Amino acid sequence: MTTLDKPAAAVAAPAAAPADRPVRRELGVANVLSHGFLLFWSALTVLPLLWMFLSSFKSNTEILADPWGLPAELRLDNWVRAWNGAHIGQYFLNSLLVVAGSVTLTMLMGAAAAYVFARYEFRGKQVVYYLFVGGLMFPVFLALVPLFFVVRNAGLFGTWTGLVLVYAAYSLPFTVFFLTAFFRTLPTSIAEAAMVDGCGHFRLFFQVMLPMARPGLISVAIFNFLSHWNQFLLPQVLMQGDESKWVLAQGLAALSVNQGYAGDYAQLFAGLTIAVVPVLLVYVAFQRQVQSGLTAGQLK
Amino acid sequence: MRHGKYPLIVTFLVPPVLLYVVFVVSPYLQTFQISTTDWLGYSADANSVGMANFKALWNDDYVWNALKNNAILLALVPVLTIVLGLFFAAMLNMGGRKGRAGVSGVRGSSFYRTVYFFPQVLSVVIIALLWKEVYHPNKGLLTSALNGVGLSAPTWLGDPKTAFWCVLAVMIWSNVGFYVVLFGAAMSAIPKEIYEAVMLDGASRLTTLWKVTIPLLWDTVQVAWVYLAIFALDGFILVQLMTNGGPNFSTDVIGVRMYDTAFGSETKFGYASAIGVVMFFLTLTVAVLALRVSKRDRIEYS
Repeated sequence: MTTLDKPAAAVAAPAAAPADRPVRRELGVANVLSHGFLLFWSALTVLPLLWMFLSSFKSNTEILADPWGLPAELRLDNWVRAWNGAHIGQYFLNSLLVVAGSVTLTMLMGAAAAYVFARYEFRGKQVVYYLFVGGLMFPVFLALVPLFFVVRNAGLFGTWTGLVLVYAAYSLPFTVFFLTAFFRTLPTSIAEAAMVDGCGHFRLFFQVMLPMARPGLISVAIFNFLSHWNQFLLPQVLMQGDESKWVLAQGLAALSVNQGYAGDYAQLFAGLTIAVVPVLLVYVAFQRQVQSGLTAGQLK
Repeated sequence: MRHGKYPLIVTFLVPPVLLYVVFVVSPYLQTFQISTTDWLGYSADANSVGMANFKALWNDDYVWNALKNNAILLALVPVLTIVLGLFFAAMLNMGGRKGRAGVSGVRGSSFYRTVYFFPQVLSVVIIALLWKEVYHPNKGLLTSALNGVGLSAPTWLGDPKTAFWCVLAVMIWSNVGFYVVLFGAAMSAIPKEIYEAVMLDGASRLTTLWKVTIPLLWDTVQVAWVYLAIFALDGFILVQLMTNGGPNFSTDVIGVRMYDTAFGSETKFGYASAIGVVMFFLTLTVAVLALRVSKRDRIEYS
């Protein structure tokens, strides 16, 4: 589709700048090739997802007989089987609950700590700040074994509260690092004016500084939301046992294992689709914020 | 500003610091201590064994095999991802025909950018499970495509010869889109005047990319390098869900080794912690090396 536009462009261009005509023609071939490659990568990205989506409507016989074929009819019962039978609906809600809690906690604590680091002076500030930011260097794996016992000894093993606290704790380094930089960029004059008008420290934070920091807060919140939503290692270690409390990632992994024995491929595809569709919809709706939220952190 | 700031500092700082120390700092410190014991978890008795775990690690062929796989990932995943990312980002940002406004992207570049980013918003779990089905030897997308054009397909994840490369391909697939957007954002920050000047001098687009854009992007490439290197040392979720290290340990990585040692059939927590400590120093070394090797002068636009 896009490749077809190229000849038109190649014809139009020499008229505008006849001087580099030979260069243009040589690039025309390269253009078709690179466009082909762009399309190829899009197909590579979209095809597995499309296949998953279509397969979620197929019967198991159709999936086995003709993997590339279209479903003969829209079998929504696959979705029902995944939602109820495999408890994907339950796990979906569990994940929502845990992530709502953990993102809120991360943002509250991260913003509070970052604000203090950015705007106040006190003894030992540098030490505490680097204690937080140093956490960016360490892989979660290093903490895994003792973390298991810390959580168990605190009586939080296999609980959502445990997951919320642990997610928040491990998100603090990045959140604090990012938001400290962000609070530092905010103008001090407004804060000073508010103080002169008799605004207290707490009110200043909640009514003046937080609203001003909104773009930064949204970026980090999106970043944290996705990383918590996609978390697998921590729940797998800290949420063993009670299946009714599992998060979505665990439910899907279990569904994939069971599917190997039961041969119900359609149910697996339906389960995966249920997990993918809302995330993709949110992404497409807010793609600019999501992309900048995820990339902004890396560029700082 | 001075009056009464301490109530705020204390209220704002104590809860996060407590949470962080309990769940992050203390486990990290404990790992180093546990790694010098023969602790099997659950029971209280842990004897200090000094460096015995690390000596055993040195002679553990499974650990070396996993490290070898991580090393291959480390050598290939960052390079291939960055090259593909730069290529696509360049196409999308400056591959279009030269207009009066200087450089522009190809047609439909925002569509491509949206689509390429898809894997980034999907959970790694979903990516792993989906690709496991794509690679399925009977009903998978790949096998039936190859069979359809009359070729015989390998068993992908089932064959020790191909399984590792299949996992590696998924790692690249899932990362490229993110770096297309990252590099794209950095490219659009390059002032247009630079391109106009280069074009007046008659440079071709390939020269422009190679001699102007990439050097100006070097900071971002360096960041990408560090992140991808750390990613290549991990790879735990993809491997565990797609192959669990098999067949015949051909896709094993150090993270899976550690997880199995700690939470598998035996709970050798001391030994697993030692693997964790090794992973930490490896990550640290790789990050420092990546920063060193790719070090260039910093460029700022005034």
